[in-house]
Amino acid sequence: MNTVVLTKGVPDFREEQVSFDEDGHLERGKTPTVMNPNDRPALRAALQAKVRTGGTVSLMSMGPPGYEDVLREGMEDVYADDCYLLSDREMGAADTWATAMTVATGLQRLADSPDLVVAGFKTADGETGHTGPQTAYCLGWPLVTHVTSLDVDAAAGRLRAERLVDGDASEVETVEAPLPCFVVADPEFEPTYRTASHRLAHKDLRDATQQRARNLEDHLTVWDHEDLNLDPDYIGLDGSPTIVAGVDPIPKAPAERDATVVDGSRPSELEPVLSELTPYAAGD
Amino acid sequence: MTEHERYEAVVVGCGPGGAAAAAALARNGVETLVLERGVDAGSKNVSGGVIYAEESAPYTIESLFPGFREQATERPVTDNYIHNVAGDRVKTFDIGELHHHDTAWADSVLRRPMDSWLAERVHERTRETGGGLLTEIHVTGLLRENGEIVGVRTEELAPIEADLIVAADGVNSELARDAGLMDWDDPAEWFQGVKAVVDMDPAVLDDRFDIDPDEGEAHLFSGDLFDGVRGGGFLYTNRESLSIGTVFHLDSLADERAEPQELLDALLTHPLLAQWLGEEYREREYSAKLVPDSKKVAHESPHDDRLVLVGDAAGQMQAQGPIIKGMNHAVSAGALAAEAFADARSRGDPHRAGEFYERKLREEGVMAKLRPRSYDLVGRLSEIDAVDRVATAVADSALGRLGLRAAPGLLERAYNSPRLVAMVPDTGLPYVMLPTVIGEELGEAVDAESRVDPPELDERIGELTYDVGEPHIRLVDNSFGASGTAVTACPVSAKEFGGGCYRDERVRTNGHEEHLVSLDTQPCVECGTCAVVADTEWEHPAGGKGVDFDQG
Repeated sequence: MNTVVLTKGVPDFREEQVSFDEDGHLERGKTPTVMNPNDRPALRAALQAKVRTGGTVSLMSMGPPGYEDVLREGMEDVYADDCYLLSDREMGAADTWATAMTVATGLQRLADSPDLVVAGFKTADGETGHTGPQTAYCLGWPLVTHVTSLDVDAAAGRLRAERLVDGDASEVETVEAPLPCFVVADPEFEPTYRTASHRLAHKDLRDATQQRARNLEDHLTVWDHEDLNLDPDYIGLDGSPTIVAGVDPIPKAPAERDATVVDGSRPSELEPVLSELTPYAAGD
Repeated sequence: MTEHERYEAVVVGCGPGGAAAAAALARNGVETLVLERGVDAGSKNVSGGVIYAEESAPYTIESLFPGFREQATERPVTDNYIHNVAGDRVKTFDIGELHHHDTAWADSVLRRPMDSWLAERVHERTRETGGGLLTEIHVTGLLRENGEIVGVRTEELAPIEADLIVAADGVNSELARDAGLMDWDDPAEWFQGVKAVVDMDPAVLDDRFDIDPDEGEAHLFSGDLFDGVRGGGFLYTNRESLSIGTVFHLDSLADERAEPQELLDALLTHPLLAQWLGEEYREREYSAKLVPDSKKVAHESPHDDRLVLVGDAAGQMQAQGPIIKGMNHAVSAGALAAEAFADARSRGDPHRAGEFYERKLREEGVMAKLRPRSYDLVGRLSEIDAVDRVATAVADSALGRLGLRAAPGLLERAYNSPRLVAMVPDTGLPYVMLPTVIGEELGEAVDAESRVDPPELDERIGELTYDVGEPHIRLVDNSFGASGTAVTACPVSAKEFGGGCYRDERVRTNGHEEHLVSLDTQPCVECGTCAVVADTEWEHPAGGKGVDFDQG
């Protein structure tokens, strides 16, 4: 069975990492690129499928050459066999539709056609959640979203998944779908390995992958639009039916309360705190 | 019948006993699954620790794991001393002869690095025969079918069937208890060990002990420095640290309501240790462990159906006076269990492995070391109160003292006699009285002052790593009468300390005051002491959870 995980590099929005200019616009050059955090559950879902049923896992991404680090990180995580990067200038500034078109073409270009494609739930930068479903549409495959647990029966050509109905954790349904199938892993996705043989297989894969990830170049294929036989008018900025007209920063909410900082290491400083709190101690 | 995953053999626990069993099984081509509870093998394990290779033993750890001494141990023990302490007076005997008796070699070890070294090799070898090692798996009990033991149940995995189940899951073995082969009832059957690993630059260490980097020392301490609690102390040199600890009879520790950490501090701050500890004292790790007394609990028939017990799980820990040997017996037992299974399998009857294992333990002389007949004849006799009182009175009498003064050479020889040492009764006489009298009569005052300021309990606890979700111990009876001893005997609790596992509480209800004990397992080191001295229900935390020792 062949599984492909779609992943994307996004700005690292964690504090200390992300950088904004005075107008509140993201400074891309000063902000490191990391793997989209929501892609990790997708990686875990693919790894679980590989451990349980064997076969291969490939990683695919669209983006600039600098995404190699993201792919390396992903390879270590999902113990992937190989990586595909769809990358050239013509693909740049694509919206979700143009991206889906390109990625779907990349998936169809693979020598061994995939049985399962897994994507994460929304990217941390765009937050649209469009690309995965649109890719499934381009492929003409069934789509199962908000998946929290997954069981693939490769021999029977089916999968069974538990999914959150409308993304609501309080309502869960179990669905079945034929392979090939497109799955969007929910952030709640948890892989389970309940047999010793699965855990041992997992351990074997980890050992084998560490070496592979160190020599990423040997396992990386880069395709441009010509390799994919794509017309530049239908991809990248030119192929994007939507445009971002502008970004308005959300103003910071003004603080309504005053804060007093107390040095807790000195008991004398704590006395005023105590006398402030004492009147409330009786429940008044 | 439910379809279970199955392996030929499942080994529970990857300490030296489990590792030896797994290596020997793999060597016989047995498909062997090893399940280890810790995040890494050794992370749950503590030992004093010196590992011995006995000349008479059927197996040694080096024979099963070539390169072990080179890569997994600290220093060879080249010199051995016992110090008889009376106040600041100390009489030291060289007990090298006792140590070297039947000893091919003996090395100091730290269990985290040692066990993880073993685990790597165990995984490689067992993987070749279709099994392997998994960490962070908590085996909770036995899998039975129609009343017969057929496998194991775990917290993380579906039940697993096997033709052989090796319980090498340590002193608090859940499998041995599930099978009803071991219990936790009588404090007189257990010791409690507490240890501090003290950081020391190797050059400073070599200088202070006047040894070369490829030499090491073992020191034992007995006498009046432990408030009359029966037991003693030890100091072993590691490569870049010292292992300093105390081992006490749990019944004595409980009866005296002694605080183990204070007794350890009494040793650490004794002027005798000032020469080695100097001014800068940095404790790497504080740890504790329950130790079975093989004289009393080593199981004569450690098997049931497909289950065999190995090492501490079977009570195979020899502690007789100054002889403290556990890991070597676990190694022998583990490998013999594997041999027994291979024999049984080749006869087409793998389920007779337990019976063969029991026979091998006896025929290879392991059982005789664990339960020396001379102890049964002489030692037990002197544990009868009247006999002990008379002997104590004689040793302490003017005549007894005169005898000691006249014959220090005889005493040193007596300490070096393996036969005599095996008879040592578990009373105050050999552990406290005699060493104190020796110290008083023959010792010289130590001319040094200790500058060691051991960390408080809360600092020691703070340095350890815990990650427990649900409490794994339940207090069945929280009255001080039933469970109060846990407060003092628990190595991470103390009567005047509110931050430990067990806390002493006085609660006023309905106009009268109740003396209660409360429990918070967050700082638990999973030693098992409270299971013996208090009324608790006990199990281990999930795989990868609970205490995580760095040194061990």
